[in-house]
Amino acid sequence: MSAPAARKTWLERLNHIDRRLIFVIVFVVVSIPMLLKLTSPVKVSHEVQIAYDFIQSIPAGGVVMFSVDYDPTSAPELQPMILAILHHCFSRNLRVILTGQLAVGMPLGIEALESTAAQFGKKYGVDYVNIGYRPGNQAVIVAMGRRLRDMFATDYRGTPLDQLPMMKNIRNYDQIAGVVDLAHGGTPELWIQFGQARYGVKLIVCTTAVGAPDYYNYLQAKQIVGLLGGMRGAAEYETLVKAPGLGLLAMPAQSWVHLAIIGLILLGNLTFFLNRRAKNAENA
Amino acid sequence: MKQRIPIAISFITGIIIIVAFYFPNGPLGDIEQRTLVWFAVVAGISMVVGVESLLRVNLMKVARRRPGWGFSLILLASCILTLVTATIGQIKYGSPFHVDSPFMYVFSYMVVPLQATMFAVLAFFIASAAYRAFRARNLAATLLLLSAVLVMLGRVPIGETIWKGFPQISDWIMNVPQIGAKRGIMIGAYLGAAATSIRIILGIERSYIS
Amino acid sequence: MAANLANTIGVWMAVFFTLAILSFLYKDNPFYKLAEYVYVGLSAGYWLIYVMFFDVKPMIVDKFLQEQGFERYIIIFPAFLGALMLCRMIPRIAYVSRVAIAFTMGISAGLGVTGAIHGMILPQVKATMLPLNDINNVIMLVGVISTVVYFYFSREHKGAFGVAAKVGIIFVMISFGAAFGYTVMARISLLIGRAYFLFHDWLGII
Repeated sequence: MSAPAARKTWLERLNHIDRRLIFVIVFVVVSIPMLLKLTSPVKVSHEVQIAYDFIQSIPAGGVVMFSVDYDPTSAPELQPMILAILHHCFSRNLRVILTGQLAVGMPLGIEALESTAAQFGKKYGVDYVNIGYRPGNQAVIVAMGRRLRDMFATDYRGTPLDQLPMMKNIRNYDQIAGVVDLAHGGTPELWIQFGQARYGVKLIVCTTAVGAPDYYNYLQAKQIVGLLGGMRGAAEYETLVKAPGLGLLAMPAQSWVHLAIIGLILLGNLTFFLNRRAKNAENA
Repeated sequence: MKQRIPIAISFITGIIIIVAFYFPNGPLGDIEQRTLVWFAVVAGISMVVGVESLLRVNLMKVARRRPGWGFSLILLASCILTLVTATIGQIKYGSPFHVDSPFMYVFSYMVVPLQATMFAVLAFFIASAAYRAFRARNLAATLLLLSAVLVMLGRVPIGETIWKGFPQISDWIMNVPQIGAKRGIMIGAYLGAAATSIRIILGIERSYIS
Repeated sequence: MAANLANTIGVWMAVFFTLAILSFLYKDNPFYKLAEYVYVGLSAGYWLIYVMFFDVKPMIVDKFLQEQGFERYIIIFPAFLGALMLCRMIPRIAYVSRVAIAFTMGISAGLGVTGAIHGMILPQVKATMLPLNDINNVIMLVGVISTVVYFYFSREHKGAFGVAAKVGIIFVMISFGAAFGYTVMARISLLIGRAYFLFHDWLGII
């Protein structure tokens, strides 16, 4: 009699586990690998490799446009990506235009651009320009394809684009080798519809892990030239450019939390089946 | 009149954009370009409407000393803080968005931690949901669960350490069946979006002017 | 020196807001509520600044001051449409904002038609038309067709159509499972971001 009673107790405990206990487990499992500074190399996936290869194929002096379409809610995933790709661009002496389709994210892009430019000794107006944000998403993307200056007559500080040496010969996407869209929402689909399909823009999509599955079909359809998904994507790009950042630092913690969550799923299912068996036994 | 004029405007602008797509150069392209720039102007200004409503509600709450008015006061003060720091940034650095501007300081040390932590909290809830709700109740749920676990193991370095096959299975799921389903959903969604757009242009869909 | 002090104060403010939001995990409390209201207030202010400095100033004010002749005065038209949009805030004349809304809806719809057909549906259908000499191509094709069938509700899911819909649900579930797997990584990433801030920027232990 005592054995089933004990089993029931355990089952009850599992049924009524305090969710705060789960919260503590998650925080501990995230923290320990970070505090121990564990490292784990990542294997570069095809979708990140082709993004890297595309940037690598642009001749020195070529222009890459960065569209900052994320905000602090997804910065831990996308900020390491923009830092790694900017690092790659500046190390290859490519020139950078910063813009954005999501106003709230612009400061994050500005911080990343200014810090990386300073690291490589790049000069504003010569090696990089920040043209700022305009509302209107798809309308902005289409209008930039015809005449960039109709939408952005000046940079973010109000300096006319023609007064910035780098911008003198840039009229539309024809003078831009590729666009790196860093987004946490559906903006890459707008860039695909109105930038790639209409003007043939070469597009690298950098997105959160939540958004990444939505873009594999565009990769397969060759509508985009590369895809970085979530922190793993950032870690892979950091590996390629040999500039470890938050992406690589976070991989061990990601590994262990993933195992912990798989453990919770298994435990949850074990509880479910034990409950079902107990119920069936009761009914019988 | 209150309905006919807006419907006529939607029709004309919609048709201009569609025809200009096929004849992008020349006068029609220029008209399209102009309307796109105007669209950007109006889209930006429309954001003010939402902000005004939020500020008005909180201002009323403070003025009438309704319960929780202290928090509303904090909300208004925070809003004013951004306006003041932006003005200082504009005067001192030529733009609030200059990297040294106090507006950027408020962004880095207030907006970022607030917004980022609000979403970071979801990490705890997804773990809790994984334990409580992710059950293999039937074939469909089992498939969902298996796919999730395999992809999770394939995406983290430890998965490959456990078994080299996990990343390969994960890649296959992402590049074959996952694409099939996503593309099916996407084609359906965009067919619906195109149909809705045509209904708006033709004036059949009028909910936006109600 | 002053910059260092400002950064230190900034980090401590960020720590306070981080912990105030995290305190919600224990239970709702005034610190969380305070942080919530600060966040909403800051966001409202930010939107006003974005509209001012990325829209009204460069697109209306600066252009009006810099352009000449026709190009100068035509700017009054979008400004007028914007003013009509703002009439939504005044209930008595809110109906005039319909003109501005109709203008934006017409453009969105026009772009929506061409974008969906030319940019999405046609290239995606084309990318599905692959030679069927590879099992993966066959699986993908079956996945696309059966998923479309599953989400087609204008016809009852019976007979061959019903079988196709049942196959569709298999693909949909695999896809949603994969999405869940990715979502776990996304959510954990955000927590890692905050943990990194606390351990690195604040405590300086990593």
